[in-house]
Amino acid sequence: MYRYDSYDQTMVDARVAEFRDQTRRRIDGKLTEDQFKPLRLQNGLYLQLHAYMLRVAVPYGTLSSAQMHALADIADKYDRGYGHFTTRQNIQYNWIKLEDAPDILADLAKVEMHAIQTSGNCIRNISSDQFAGAAADEVVDPRPYAELLRQWSSFHPEFLALPRKFKIAVIASETDRAAMRLHDIGVKIVRNAAGELGAAFYVGGGMGRTPMIGPLIREFVPLDQLITYSEACLRVYNRYGRRDNKYKARIKILVHELGADEYKRQVEEEFAHLLTLGIEPPLAELERIKTFFVDPPFEKSASDDLDRSDPDFALWVDRNCTPHKQPGYIAATISLKAVGGIPGDASAAQMHLMAELTERYSFDECRVTHAQNIVLPHVRKADLYALWQQLDEAGLATPNLDLIGDIIACPGLDYCSLANARSIPVAQKISQRFAETGKGDMLGELKLKISGCINACGHHHAGHIGILGVDKKGTENYQLLLGGSEGADTSLGKITGPGFDEDGIVAAVETAADVYLAQRQDGERFLDTYRRIGMEPFKEALYG
Amino acid sequence: MKILTGNDLKTGAVTWWTGSDWSLHVDDAVDVGDEADEILAREQGARRVNAAYAIDAIRDANGVRPGHIKERIRALGPTVRPDLTLKPADPAAGNWVI
Repeated sequence: MYRYDSYDQTMVDARVAEFRDQTRRRIDGKLTEDQFKPLRLQNGLYLQLHAYMLRVAVPYGTLSSAQMHALADIADKYDRGYGHFTTRQNIQYNWIKLEDAPDILADLAKVEMHAIQTSGNCIRNISSDQFAGAAADEVVDPRPYAELLRQWSSFHPEFLALPRKFKIAVIASETDRAAMRLHDIGVKIVRNAAGELGAAFYVGGGMGRTPMIGPLIREFVPLDQLITYSEACLRVYNRYGRRDNKYKARIKILVHELGADEYKRQVEEEFAHLLTLGIEPPLAELERIKTFFVDPPFEKSASDDLDRSDPDFALWVDRNCTPHKQPGYIAATISLKAVGGIPGDASAAQMHLMAELTERYSFDECRVTHAQNIVLPHVRKADLYALWQQLDEAGLATPNLDLIGDIIACPGLDYCSLANARSIPVAQKISQRFAETGKGDMLGELKLKISGCINACGHHHAGHIGILGVDKKGTENYQLLLGGSEGADTSLGKITGPGFDEDGIVAAVETAADVYLAQRQDGERFLDTYRRIGMEPFKEALYG
Repeated sequence: MKILTGNDLKTGAVTWWTGSDWSLHVDDAVDVGDEADEILAREQGARRVNAAYAIDAIRDANGVRPGHIKERIRALGPTVRPDLTLKPADPAAGNWVI
């Protein structure tokens, strides 16, 4: 994985020192909150419902064991013993003290991490495929390109005050595991007919109050023009994005209002201009970055055999493990979705254990997924049973990847000052209900996503079943959506009708699941059945 | 009644105006009537509280109850982690929020 050079480390250390001084001046009263707020937000420090919240960037979701240990230490030393992994592959701490924040950033810097650009109207953490470098179906590891984009976008002076926040995802597989088309820019590394690598650009996707699927703006950008084309996309947005209305300020609104063709025309014009300026970093820099992402020393003769005699282990393998490009290896997903648990939360002890297992079984590398789980990407099949036993003992071997219990949920009104309704209790009740009835096992792949407000941090638009919490005259109410997807077949869910209270939404999800079970044909997922039969049978069952 | 709430500047903890200081317990909150703006300006200048504002609440047999669920969750703590609320010994404390 990427290691900081002296420039990276110097920049991050300088930022820690700068923020330490700013924090001291705030506490001493030399800065007002109005003056300090944009400074703390630039360092990922929010003020949430119960305390300050710190969001730490995990570039493209990749962590070493030392970094995971450091995250656990922060949870223990400065927070209340846990952290929350987010849908942007980051981690958040909910109980941070302002006076501790500079020390936390200093601790992060020691393991080459930071919280820079995890808030504010700038380019946020670059996200990617959690199986990058391991997936059998990728054309190349997308992370060197994500890292190049990270370096370009970090402290980019032109893009630190954009009309709104800006999120980029980079993938390199036909199967989209990063919700790429629901980002401001989705970059898909592809190979053209001549066998050359390049990047397809999808621009103007997003969720929030106006969900959009990003249209394809350019099929193939040569990789030695990747940054220049990205800069052109951002420049057009920075110039014409709506700054007068924050609800219309995301690039998706600009692309929608201009039309994809006109936006593309303007980008191409800017791109032609930028090419004359020679802003692209030298290819040698990309080659340097690539050296950090070479394959680990796989054992060439590793056996593909697995002893599946333990049925619980076999079930976990079938559900939570993904084929690897290297014979004898497998990618294992650690579910942070125990039945009745809080999606994405991990205790310090669990983080320490995952760090130890990362070091022991996965070449010192793990990944945070946008579905709020953790992946050990390179596990030798011969080690898999031992790994599973240790996970099982720690309550981390729930076999539910992509099942209805593998719920994405934002922190909701239990923690977030923007939320209108609680997400987590609804997730807990649904996972418990389907575990108790056994229906969860019968349903197969069913992605359920819950947001506590229209900002859609819980990706409800992209859930096969989505739930949106709203405020209805001071009480929590939940809308049900069906038919969303974030994969290669990206689609946006549609609202079924009037909303439900907390218990009602749990029953409504069960009703929708029952319709699927009654109507599905061989091999159909919930999403397939919904697309075949449409909304009406579900509405009939829900509302009569 | 109108009560004042904010977050402690250094710790971020949720606090409530008692008439002379800031308390972690909403039951200590007092009705500020129409003096909210004056108190808020004074207290934020004194750097004892951050991002403070006035909210509606009632006082009933169980004490002070903020009018909106968001403020009740702020007053108690996260309903999904009773151990981290101000009433960790009462697993049913979250019912007060609803």
